Amino acid sequence: MPEPQAVPKLPKAPTGIAGFDEITFGGLPAGRPALICGAAGCGKTLFATTFLVNGATLYGEPGVFMSFEERAEDLAANVASLGYDLDGLIAAGKLAIDHVRVERSEIEETGEYDLEGLFIRLGFAVDSVGAKRVVLDTIETLFSGFTDPSLLRAELRRLFGWIKDRGLTAVITGERGDGQLTRQGLEEYVSDCVVLLDNRVADQITTRRLRVVKYRGSAHGTNEYPFLIDEGGISVLPVTSADLNYGVAEGVISSGVAGLDAMLGPGGFYRGTSVLISGEAGTGKTMLSSSLIDAACARGERCLSFVFEESGAQICRNARSIGLDLARHEASGLLRFEAARPTLFGLEMHLARMHRDIDRFRPDVVVIDPLSALRGPTSELQATLLRMIDLLKGRGITAVFTSLRQEGVVEAADDLGVSSLMDTWIKLLNVEANGERTRTLYVIKARGMSHSHQVREFLMSGDGIRLVDAYMGPAGVLTGTARLVQEAHERAESLRRRQETERRVRDAARRRAAIERQIAELHAGLDAVADEERLLRDEDALRETALADERDELRARRSRAE
Amino acid sequence: MSGDISQAGEPEADPDGDPGHYHLRLYVAGQTAKSLAAMKNLQRFCEEHLAGRYDIEVVDLMKNPQLAAGDQILAIPTLVRRLPSPLKRIIGDLSNTEKVLVGLDIRPKDDRP
Repeated sequence: MPEPQAVPKLPKAPTGIAGFDEITFGGLPAGRPALICGAAGCGKTLFATTFLVNGATLYGEPGVFMSFEERAEDLAANVASLGYDLDGLIAAGKLAIDHVRVERSEIEETGEYDLEGLFIRLGFAVDSVGAKRVVLDTIETLFSGFTDPSLLRAELRRLFGWIKDRGLTAVITGERGDGQLTRQGLEEYVSDCVVLLDNRVADQITTRRLRVVKYRGSAHGTNEYPFLIDEGGISVLPVTSADLNYGVAEGVISSGVAGLDAMLGPGGFYRGTSVLISGEAGTGKTMLSSSLIDAACARGERCLSFVFEESGAQICRNARSIGLDLARHEASGLLRFEAARPTLFGLEMHLARMHRDIDRFRPDVVVIDPLSALRGPTSELQATLLRMIDLLKGRGITAVFTSLRQEGVVEAADDLGVSSLMDTWIKLLNVEANGERTRTLYVIKARGMSHSHQVREFLMSGDGIRLVDAYMGPAGVLTGTARLVQEAHERAESLRRRQETERRVRDAARRRAAIERQIAELHAGLDAVADEERLLRDEDALRETALADERDELRARRSRAE
Repeated sequence: MSGDISQAGEPEADPDGDPGHYHLRLYVAGQTAKSLAAMKNLQRFCEEHLAGRYDIEVVDLMKNPQLAAGDQILAIPTLVRRLPSPLKRIIGDLSNTEKVLVGLDIRPKDDRP
């Protein structure tokens, strides 16, 4: 906070307008007049009325509405739609409305005069309810009723002085003039706080913006802030704080798809992070986010889904086709769809609306489907998305964004420049091959967790989304029928290899048998040779014996002869 | 002084249906110089132009501030012509007689020379 601590703080009167009190660090300066200016239809009167009604109902400060334009009953009727019961407040003595009608044609000036009557009326009204707050709407109307502007200026100066002296917190509205904030230069007199309301049309889309032009003695947000007027009144969105000081929510939530959880290290997304699901048309982005919603609601968490291209009922019906019963969660109040056409408001307005809805519904999970439906100038778009993501992270809400990727658009351009803000980015891709389309999914990034780098094929059936490992092989990544074909092919291949091996085993066995046979033959030959050798040795021995015998016989014969 | 000057809070004089009758109400806030001048001018003026057919009601908003809203009083002093209708408002101290004549849309008396 830029508010210096040493300096005593300026007392402030809270307006109770969501967001405005934040950007002004407390509200309008208490006991002083503040100027709210803007062109016709900007919501000045509504701002002023809200200031009074909230003062009376929320802060115990009764108020006086001095209207120079609308009659009391018109005022009451105009704000009744916002749930403001002016008549009830008047009856309860918390509010006084005085309609000051200034009709030039009925007034004839015949000499010196002053506006003491206005003071008396205001003073009387203030005293009658003990008012602390005053609205003068639109005091410049006086300039059309009286001819002497210098006298009027003097009287206005006196009036604002009087308001200060009485310690009244006043809102003075003024119509925007040429070259200055108000037609009559009221900002000259009401210099403590000036708030400018603006209603700008760009590309046929109107965005209301509010800016605190000056705030004497106080820090204030200086930007233009979009604000909303709808059945909930005014809400200003101080969605510029870009500090990254948000706490980190712990815990992991399931994506609702078991296969996807398995791809992410901790078994799901970290709570409070942002998840981007991008993909072309028909890749199943909404179905994936529906799965996530179903899982979250089944855990009893609150889900808020902003849908820009379908109605909530349509999503419920479509989710039934994959076996998800979202209508059950919607009925139990855990799930709410907020459907709006992207062109209904400007970007800022969408953000503003979301901001308000998120604050009211207090969801655990927010789905924005699709983010890419929000169109606008690139710079504005990115800033808006940044704030949106910031807003969600700041509240610890798990955010799921889907983003439509255009066919043929370069990779870098399809993420709207927000991918760097996303903690997890899941990409869905349609693989087109062999005359068919297959849905595949992969995790591009997942901050702070290990994750699979594989491409998975995902199948949607009546049982939900199922992830199938895609075929990854030397022939590349194959999915769908090609994957099946490839798998069949592989099976055949392996069978063939097995048969081949068996054949070679048989071959070897045969060869071994042959060799064994040869060995047997050789053994037989060896035996034969050994037999022959033994035979020869025997014959030799016999012969030697026979010779020896012959020699003996001869010797014997010779001896006899001698 | 033949004018019937009543004080605020009293019941209004019956307009008695006379189309020429002027019912005037002067709003002042305390005894300021402008208020006193206006009262003086008004009485003089009525005597001159409306003798006998007017009544003046002076409302001091300091005493009766709740009466200011009823006649849409902003400027002080304001003279309101309640009758004859339509309602007319004249602001200022009535020092410009011509403008007062125009503002009150005064028809001279028939017997006036």
